[in-house]
Amino acid sequence: MARTFKGGIHPDGMKELTSSKPIEKLAPPEYVVLPISMHIGAPCEPLVSKGDYVYMGQKIADSPAPVSAPIHASISGTVRDIVPMPHSNGSKVMSIIIDNDFKDAPHESIQPKDLSTITTEEFISAVREAGIVGHGGAAFPTHIKISSGIGKVDRLIINAAECEPYITSDHRIMLERPEEVAEGAKLLRKMFGDIETAICIENNKQNVVEGLKKYLPDGCGVDVTVLATKYPQGAEKQLIFAVTGREVQSGKLPADAGCAVFNADTTAAIYRLFNKGVPVLRRIVTVSGSAICEPKNLEVRIGTPVEKLIDACGGFKEAPNKLLMGGPMMGTALSSLDVPVIKGTNAILAFCGKECVLNPNPVCIRCGKCVEVCPMSLVPTYIYRSYETDPVQVLEKVNALDCIECGACTFVCPGKLPLVQGIRVAKQRVLDARRKK
Amino acid sequence: MHDLSKLKVSSSPHIRTAEGITHIMLDVIIALMPALIVSVYVFGIRALFLTAVSVASCVVFEYLYCKLLKKPNPVNDLSACVTGMLLAFCLPVSSQWWMVVVGALFAIVIVKQLYGGIGKNFMNPALAGRAFLLASWPAAMTLWTAPRAALPLIKAVPDAVSAATPLASLGKGIVPDASIADVALGMVGGSMGEVSALALLAGGIYLVYRKVISVRIPLCYIGTVAVITFLFPKGDLGNMESMLYSLLSGGLMLGAIFMATDYTTSPITKRGQIIYGVGCGLLTVFIRYFSAYPEGTSYAILIMNALVFLIEKISMPKKFGAPPKQKKEAAK
Repeated sequence: MARTFKGGIHPDGMKELTSSKPIEKLAPPEYVVLPISMHIGAPCEPLVSKGDYVYMGQKIADSPAPVSAPIHASISGTVRDIVPMPHSNGSKVMSIIIDNDFKDAPHESIQPKDLSTITTEEFISAVREAGIVGHGGAAFPTHIKISSGIGKVDRLIINAAECEPYITSDHRIMLERPEEVAEGAKLLRKMFGDIETAICIENNKQNVVEGLKKYLPDGCGVDVTVLATKYPQGAEKQLIFAVTGREVQSGKLPADAGCAVFNADTTAAIYRLFNKGVPVLRRIVTVSGSAICEPKNLEVRIGTPVEKLIDACGGFKEAPNKLLMGGPMMGTALSSLDVPVIKGTNAILAFCGKECVLNPNPVCIRCGKCVEVCPMSLVPTYIYRSYETDPVQVLEKVNALDCIECGACTFVCPGKLPLVQGIRVAKQRVLDARRKK
Repeated sequence: MHDLSKLKVSSSPHIRTAEGITHIMLDVIIALMPALIVSVYVFGIRALFLTAVSVASCVVFEYLYCKLLKKPNPVNDLSACVTGMLLAFCLPVSSQWWMVVVGALFAIVIVKQLYGGIGKNFMNPALAGRAFLLASWPAAMTLWTAPRAALPLIKAVPDAVSAATPLASLGKGIVPDASIADVALGMVGGSMGEVSALALLAGGIYLVYRKVISVRIPLCYIGTVAVITFLFPKGDLGNMESMLYSLLSGGLMLGAIFMATDYTTSPITKRGQIIYGVGCGLLTVFIRYFSAYPEGTSYAILIMNALVFLIEKISMPKKFGAPPKQKKEAAK
């Protein structure tokens, strides 16, 4: 039995649509849209103005706030405008639009870094300057994870579980560019003080092990750990439990359990930063789903409008009824094709089938399946039952805040209740009440 | 340009399992088929007729009630069919057809729909229907027919074909006439669907395999009965005899596999299901040993149904990452 966590679900993986498709480089678009907020934390302030010429890799927005990550121009060209543009979060966000001059003229800061003499402080500041954030989707600034973890952490985990259905971007990176992930992992391990390190994959990706091992000789301290294929295996707390047997306590961070978790593509981004000197300029995106003519794994510049990706995959088979950024379990529904690819974008999915049909008469039949699958051992139907009208104290008592919103309960519910959707409201009510105090 | 006119925006997750309530109920109906077949073999076509009457009445009452109250028509979820089958299964084959209709009316309208329909009732509708009939026509409801007797299809069954059930012997503490094999296969008197422990077990295995039910409730229920009847046999029975006859006769298998596992009226927490199963087992043996009734399954389950709310309260799961202090409290 492969290692795993308690609960969870087995949705249809659908990864075979793209898992054997090599990464294709998408030609840089005529213009890119770079929102000043692509991460968790303070939005950046633009450092350029309309009409300025920018080089590829030039820092164009930054913030003095401690939790933030700067933005870089992903192409070279002229700043067309700085205006609010559609963002994957559903609202409009101030964005820097750059017209491409198709020269890809690199900025002078793009230089390989000398690793032999680098100090921990220099390493962290370089990661910050490169705008590296968690590429798994949440987009938490990576330098904070590193600086808050060093000294406190004795286990390093590279998260390559990729448990969401359809998505194969991390899989393809490990298969085609194993050195980026393996060397990145070694680099991180060194910075954390040579602690035990594991690159964790689900057992549906065993074909990457051989490639990774080439760069991970015995005694290098980095191991490949194969876990069961189960959703949400890649959720931070569940992954830590599966690998180390430790439980991150309620309301605490992974570092409190002595663990630091980095996404596989984040690890590769760290490698590229030190090996080639490039900040975050591109992203591997899986474009898939029942409405896509030709599903693919694309390497695209940050800021490329989603429409370009759809076009590159032959467009829609038929009019989609759902367009997603991210996976089908936790991704965001989009209403427009003008939304740009941002740092946390691992997939663009479009569905035209009955994947997304809603039930008009949801009902709880108390089957207890949500309790069986909840990876946080909560009772989702209790939270759902109380989310709207019960006092906030009730919601606290049923541990609404511990929900990680993985959606496993909603997936299995035979009565088709919108469980996690209700629980989100419950969480918001608890947080609002706490803020008022 | 791309056609985005059909695009809907909603929050995640965006995919769901195809399995719905109808699929689950269909699985339960499939799981009940072996028992129905044995029932027809043992009691003749009259058993099929009464089951059909019961299912039809349940469906019609549910439809009419919802039509009358302008609620969405729930008949397609097949839950009324399951209730109908289960109600028929726990009645004697000698029941009159109009008794079955009255039982269905009580089960569907009073017990299920008046409390809000599927998922809201606090007692198992089929068992409550049976309890209602037992209270109303106690003589007719305890008239057991010998296996393979020639019975009229619709008319009342003459008293002459009545026979003692193994349970009645067990209640008196004497070894039943029927052999263990007969009891396991179902060649004995009893309610229509309860006689064949093996057919019911086959259905139970199917339900567990299809993940419709977990083994927790049936295992704890049957296990508790097994342990107690083995350790404390009644009257002249040997330990093993006592255990096997107790497990295989009466409504234990039907109750443990199909009635006690009813979603709505059993706990949703894992520890709660264990407490509930053990509680059902204890009460069943208690009623069989010490009450005037030889059978305890239905009342045991109905009593535990009423306690589900409290059981869930004390059996909430320990959340992932609960601080050690809270863990200790939860363990208490």
